[in-house]
Amino acid sequence: MTSSSNSWLLAALLLLPLVGAAVVTGLRGNDRVAKLTALGFSLAEFALAIGAWIAYAPDGARIQQHFSFDWIPAFGVHISFGVDGIALVMIAVIGLLVPLVIGAGWAEKLPEGRTAGGFFALILLEQALTVGVFAATDVFLFYVLFEIMLIPMYFLIGSYGGARRQYAAVKFFLYSFLGGLIMLASVIALYVMSADELGGQGTFDWATLVQTVSDAPLSTQIWLFLGFFIAFAIKAPLVPLHTWLPDATAEAPIGVAVLLVGILDKVGTFGFLRYLLPLFPAASEALTPLVLVLAVAGVIYGSLLAVGQSDMKRFVAYVSIAHFGFIALGIFAFSSQAMTGSVTYMVNHSIATGMLILVIGMVIARGGSSRIADYGGMAKLTPLLAGTLLIAGLASLSLPGTSSFISEFLVLVGSYPNAPVYTIIATVGMVFAALYVLWLYQRIMQGPLRGAALVGATGGAAPATVEGGGGVAVATEPETKKILDLNSREKWVLAPLVLLIVGLGLYPKPVLATVQPSVDATMCAAGQTDPVQSAERQLQCP
Amino acid sequence: MTTTLAEGVVDASGAASAAWLLLALPALGAAVLLIGGRRTDKWGHLLGSGTVIAAFALAVVTFFGTDFAQQHNLHLWDWISVNQLVIDFGLRIDALSITFVLLITGVGSLIHIYSIGYMNHELRDRRRFFAYLNLFVSAMLLLVLGNSFVTLYFGWEGVGLASYLLIGWYQGKDFAATAAKKAFLMNRVGDVGLALAIFLMFKNFGSTQYTEVFAAVGDAPTGLIVAIGLLLLLGACGKSGQFPLQAWLPDAMAGPTPVSALIHAATMVTAGVYLIARSSPIYSLPQAADARLVVMIIGAVTILIGCVIGCAYDDFKKVLAYSTVSQIGYMILAVGLGPAGYAFGILHLITHGFFKAGLFLGAGSVMHAMNDEGDIRRLGGLWKKMPITFWTWTLGYLALIGFPFLSGFFSKDEIINAALGQEGPRGWIFGGVALLGAGLTAFYMTRLLILVFLGKARWTGLKSADGKDYHPHESPTTMTVPMIILAVGSVAGGFILSMVLPDFLVPAIGEVQETHGALSHTMVGILAVAISAIGAGIAYLIFGRSEQPVERPQRVTFAVRAARADLFGNHLNEALFARPGTWLTRALVYVDNRGVDGLVNGIAAGLGGSSGRLRRTQTGFVRSYALSMLGGSILVVAALLVVRFA
Amino acid sequence: MTPTYYLLLSALLFTIGAVGVLVRRNAIVVFMCIELMLNAVNLTLVTFARLNGDLHGQVMGFFVMVVAAAEVVVGLAIILSIFRTRRTASVDDSNLLKY
Repeated sequence: MTSSSNSWLLAALLLLPLVGAAVVTGLRGNDRVAKLTALGFSLAEFALAIGAWIAYAPDGARIQQHFSFDWIPAFGVHISFGVDGIALVMIAVIGLLVPLVIGAGWAEKLPEGRTAGGFFALILLEQALTVGVFAATDVFLFYVLFEIMLIPMYFLIGSYGGARRQYAAVKFFLYSFLGGLIMLASVIALYVMSADELGGQGTFDWATLVQTVSDAPLSTQIWLFLGFFIAFAIKAPLVPLHTWLPDATAEAPIGVAVLLVGILDKVGTFGFLRYLLPLFPAASEALTPLVLVLAVAGVIYGSLLAVGQSDMKRFVAYVSIAHFGFIALGIFAFSSQAMTGSVTYMVNHSIATGMLILVIGMVIARGGSSRIADYGGMAKLTPLLAGTLLIAGLASLSLPGTSSFISEFLVLVGSYPNAPVYTIIATVGMVFAALYVLWLYQRIMQGPLRGAALVGATGGAAPATVEGGGGVAVATEPETKKILDLNSREKWVLAPLVLLIVGLGLYPKPVLATVQPSVDATMCAAGQTDPVQSAERQLQCP
Repeated sequence: MTTTLAEGVVDASGAASAAWLLLALPALGAAVLLIGGRRTDKWGHLLGSGTVIAAFALAVVTFFGTDFAQQHNLHLWDWISVNQLVIDFGLRIDALSITFVLLITGVGSLIHIYSIGYMNHELRDRRRFFAYLNLFVSAMLLLVLGNSFVTLYFGWEGVGLASYLLIGWYQGKDFAATAAKKAFLMNRVGDVGLALAIFLMFKNFGSTQYTEVFAAVGDAPTGLIVAIGLLLLLGACGKSGQFPLQAWLPDAMAGPTPVSALIHAATMVTAGVYLIARSSPIYSLPQAADARLVVMIIGAVTILIGCVIGCAYDDFKKVLAYSTVSQIGYMILAVGLGPAGYAFGILHLITHGFFKAGLFLGAGSVMHAMNDEGDIRRLGGLWKKMPITFWTWTLGYLALIGFPFLSGFFSKDEIINAALGQEGPRGWIFGGVALLGAGLTAFYMTRLLILVFLGKARWTGLKSADGKDYHPHESPTTMTVPMIILAVGSVAGGFILSMVLPDFLVPAIGEVQETHGALSHTMVGILAVAISAIGAGIAYLIFGRSEQPVERPQRVTFAVRAARADLFGNHLNEALFARPGTWLTRALVYVDNRGVDGLVNGIAAGLGGSSGRLRRTQTGFVRSYALSMLGGSILVVAALLVVRFA
Repeated sequence: MTPTYYLLLSALLFTIGAVGVLVRRNAIVVFMCIELMLNAVNLTLVTFARLNGDLHGQVMGFFVMVVAAAEVVVGLAIILSIFRTRRTASVDDSNLLKY
């Protein structure tokens, strides 16, 4: 915790997008320059994130790349950051997704009076804050960033979104803020308890708190647990606290929806791992049935609602709700396999669902409608787009060979020994997953050409009228629409995702090896042992 | 990393250590064709066929260059490993898997070649077709070669994907898209069983590798073994179109015919049989007796369902599909018999692979010549127009109905014999079903032969669905050569294989247990042939002597109507799952919008409403504000006083 | 000395002032009533200062007077400008700042 060993790498990771946001704000006048600058900063950030990954030693200390200085000494508040394996992979995923989001939003039609510069500056700001949330090692700092994170997102939805953007943005903000305030009460209680324990000065330092308060009496733990849990359950959306997500996803611009579903929501499940389990081990165990019921309900409920949706963006939101059910199941099943599965699920869900949203955005950009019924037989016009939608869909239904399979398999196989009934129900969710994905694909891409968005449309080579590769060009007669397949910008956006989905599906070791020591440490901090015993390769606690 | 290998399992060396190429070649072909896109249009079909033929050559080399008295383990890389759970991406090359590899790559090669001719009117998309076929071959090889239940599962769902893509090949047509989705979904239902079996294995044995699971099952309690057996069976039912998950297979005929031949007749649908045979160390346990009984019942029920429905259908490919369902029923019945039947199940699987692929290719040849007409009532008299197709098809037909000394005779005969050899009434029931099935098979296949190839040409003067006249013609060489090769295999394969295969498979699935029923082996053979002859004879009497109408007769008995409606299987699915499911999702969407979200919005509206009322207290009169201030101050003072003096 | 009479007088003045603020409508009168309340408090402060024998209460009294003077300046100016624009000095007529 001495400031002499501060890591410049993490500081750079945090500051670079902030600087980028400031610079891009200054360039609002010139859209093109602003876009290029934003892309440059996001790529540099990605390179830094990869650098942090390389610098990370899985077998080393729990929290690495530490840097810290005093903020409010009177209350023992520090600005202190550091990463473990779990936070690291999330930061890397953010680093990956933001350039892609910027690429995908290149030709986004913004509402009247909004500039691309402002849009991308907010995205970079959001990136800096989410990196901060994942890297914070001071509970108070975590709380502050957890709340501040809402602000850029509020403007991203409320200023740049669809028709009902105000409603969605306010709903999103109030939901999350409410959860955050409840959490604040628990955060303060932690400080008071640590002050009692340490005598005099309390602390907000995460590592110290884990040592001092984790043996509090069960009743106290349960109250504090619930304070954190509600905030995280809203964020991650667990049923029944999920209703903000479909509205927010449906109204947000595509890129923002990717950040929202792909990254922001992960803060909730990340919080389960980083705060709930180590700080309140007894309460975590006592309340496991509650969480498992919510998790499995989410899997089934989200899947069924995804089947019933008539809007593509809302569809993705419910798919995510189902996936978050799996993640929560894996975390609270208490085995190192399931927990590792949950962490990789967080990564793979970002990649797979991120791609699904991006592809759906490309469909919507062409047809101009997000209603599924406005489409049909689109594969004839845009075979490549259809193929990418199918790949994203298959990754969402966790087909073996895609990265999502690894995580879903680990979650289920690891959960089964401790929670067989819940696991069996969740496994049935696999069938629903196949149903909602394939049915969506069938309605949009297969069958004869039909639907209000496509009738009269023709495919073919790029006409001269398309500007900036937007993809849609409406000729003078409304009957003949020209709907084009993926352009090269869109291919560049999707290619890395496809590569990762298949690559990590066949060789997931880089991610598994990075997160597993942190997962083991979390298991140990939660006082849990693996249900399946084995002579060798057993979970080792220090 | 090195895992300790069980007895009889050695690390692969020599030809077996190159087995990864078997998978990699077709996978590479698929990748090149899919990523290359339009650029590969010209030579895509050649690459696609080439990779599979090369894989076949490699399989032959491996077959002759490896000692199959042992099982060879080829570790490729650590796939999923988290503490206790270690899953290799590894292959197991043994007698069982190499048998399948030869079948898959051999039949696969022939069907790739056939497809070059069959798909020549779809030049634009032909390379994509070959990419999907290559993808299928690669996944199927992984399924049979994988050395753990999870790698098997990988291949298992991989072939499901390929099957989905190929059934939905004509994706502009709604029925094809629906059929593809249905196939994938019903397969997924089975996959849940397989997945749960894997979870049980990990929980109880701490591993999912074949070697470790099979080493540990011996002392497992009965309940566990039965549960694993039944869950594996559920997986097998989904993939192999067994009762109660058989409904997808006939619909899968919406795909192009080479697909039906390769995936939905010769290889993929037999994966269920492979799964049970591969799990023979589990099913052979004395604890697994109940599970075996269920396997046999499923097999027997499916034999009858497939045969009965096959008798009523008028769609060329769907009759063959139901025939496949019932033939796989035979295989499942055989492997359900335990050590007495594994080898014969596999034997029948191989011979069936030959003659059924040949039959499908013949059907494809007919449809290729007849503008994709699949209604057998609109065919007839084609033997003159397409002699090669006719003769090869007839040989396949004879092999299927068990004509003496053709391949089906040997394999089916062994299964019937083994079934009859079961103790007590079981032997009579299962043996009787198998015999009855043989008769029904002969009946519907003879009906097919007569209506398609013999009799009067009913298509003259009719027009096809797209309004063209029929001009039947013999198919090009790329299509006839594979048919001829398969016909030769159908004729000779059974005799040769029945001599060598059971012994060859011993290291993998154990010795064949001799059975001795009430009837001698020869008697069973004669009985089976006689019953088949009766079935064929009845078919001739009904369909061969009189003209058949072009329209399908509507005034028929209830039995025929039930059979035409798939014995109401689809109605049942519709009533039990599809319609309640639709209602449920609609209701849930309503509940979510109005109930859950309504509660949230209700709280918001409630807060808004009450504050709207509360603000009325802000009257704008200074005096009232002053009064409330005064009241407040008095309250504060009073409270202080109370605290101090009370 | 006994502070009773001083305090009673102070309370009486304060009550008169408070009632005046609440019931009168003329802004000038309301204003004067406020002054009355302030001075009632001043009286209390001075009383206790005398009782305790130190100057704290008297200093506080001066503060109140200064604040009251400043308040009179601002308040009368507001009342005047309201009277100029609306031709009334009734506090009930100036109720625009409401819900």
